[in-house]
Amino acid sequence: MNLNLTLLAQIVVFFILAWFTMKFVWPPVVKALDERAKKVADGLAAAERGKQDLELATKRSADALRAGKEKSAEVLGQAEKRAAQIIEEAKAEARVEADRVIASAKVEIEQESLRAKEGLRDQVAALAVAGAEKILRREIDAKAHAQLLSAIQQDL
Amino acid sequence: MATEEAVAAHGTTAGPTAGEYITHHLTHFNGTGHAQASIVDFQVLNLDTLFFSLGLGLLTVLVLAFAARRATSGVPGRFQAAVEILVEMVSEQAKGIIHDARSRQFVAPLALTVFIWIFLMNAMDLLPVDLLPRIWELIYGAAGGDARHAYSRVVPTADLNATLGMSIGVLLICLWYNVKIKGFGGWVHELFTAPFGKHWALAPVNFAMQMIEFAAKTISHGMRLFGNMYAGELVFMLIALMGGAWVAGSGATGPLLWLGHILAGTAWAIFHILIIVLQAFIFMMLTLVYIGQAHESH
Repeated sequence: MNLNLTLLAQIVVFFILAWFTMKFVWPPVVKALDERAKKVADGLAAAERGKQDLELATKRSADALRAGKEKSAEVLGQAEKRAAQIIEEAKAEARVEADRVIASAKVEIEQESLRAKEGLRDQVAALAVAGAEKILRREIDAKAHAQLLSAIQQDL
Repeated sequence: MATEEAVAAHGTTAGPTAGEYITHHLTHFNGTGHAQASIVDFQVLNLDTLFFSLGLGLLTVLVLAFAARRATSGVPGRFQAAVEILVEMVSEQAKGIIHDARSRQFVAPLALTVFIWIFLMNAMDLLPVDLLPRIWELIYGAAGGDARHAYSRVVPTADLNATLGMSIGVLLICLWYNVKIKGFGGWVHELFTAPFGKHWALAPVNFAMQMIEFAAKTISHGMRLFGNMYAGELVFMLIALMGGAWVAGSGATGPLLWLGHILAGTAWAIFHILIIVLQAFIFMMLTLVYIGQAHESH
């Protein structure tokens, strides 16, 4: 443990190294550390904000869902009502139509039966005349009795 | 083993005695070819101390500068994270002790440098005691020198010049901040009035106490580190000597001594890991504390 010039050299080296670290090492590292701390703080704040946003959005989407459900139920109800109404209308229409068809069918039947009666009367008259003819073959002169015959025919 | 190397290095028929081995390892390479004769001689320069101290100092600042250049505020790599842990640790300590933010701009980096630098210098103790000296002997011998004069001590902090140099550096910084914070007049006033109070009769006593305080702080600061590392180095040498005793021919106890070398060497090295970190940390903390005291007015 002798003292010599190394002592002074070490003092000089000590100061040079300290100066170098102060100048070139400490500031960038501390700057990086501070910046990272700020980034982390910002990140945490952003995460907090994001959480709040998410909560808000969840609430909003739940509201929207509920509104949509209500709306759809309402629409469904309206549609059902409308369908029932349409069916009722159709039923009524059908009933009217049916009545109409039945009425016209009845008229037609009336006419047809009238026509049939007419035909039948003609045939019966003809038959009666023919029968009378056969009975009265000789006595009856078609020409002389034509007027009478047609009168009979009319009565039948 | 160590003695074997020493024997080969000396190339003589008779190996060095234990005393010669220790003396050889405790002698600085100072260009004069022999150990310094007087206690204080400012003509002499310990080249080995200077070489390792400067080399490790450069390594410290270059590695730190490398980390600083690549430092990003994004996700740090392991290397950057390691440097950041150190910086954060020193920064926290500095904040706790020195309350002047402007002073910290210099003092905190200083403390970081001191910590890593002293740690590396202390860590030289963990290299095998004969490794670097033996390599140096080979180089010195090959260069045409007498290998017997190829002294080298690889632990700069086991040289009082280095540790006292650093503690005197700290003293100079303390004086600087004393003047800067209190003003030259204020500081001189404090020298004569603290710690016992303002009275003309107390002035000489106060001044003497202040001088003693500065001297005691500085000397104990340097001596503490030096003493720890010198003692540690010496124990490593003694352990190496114990193993070397086998080769020196001591019969059946030889293998046991060799085993003892391994066990004691391992134990002491593991324990020394604590010492080198602790002493580096203590030196750094005392640097901060002393500079912090220079900021306080009595």
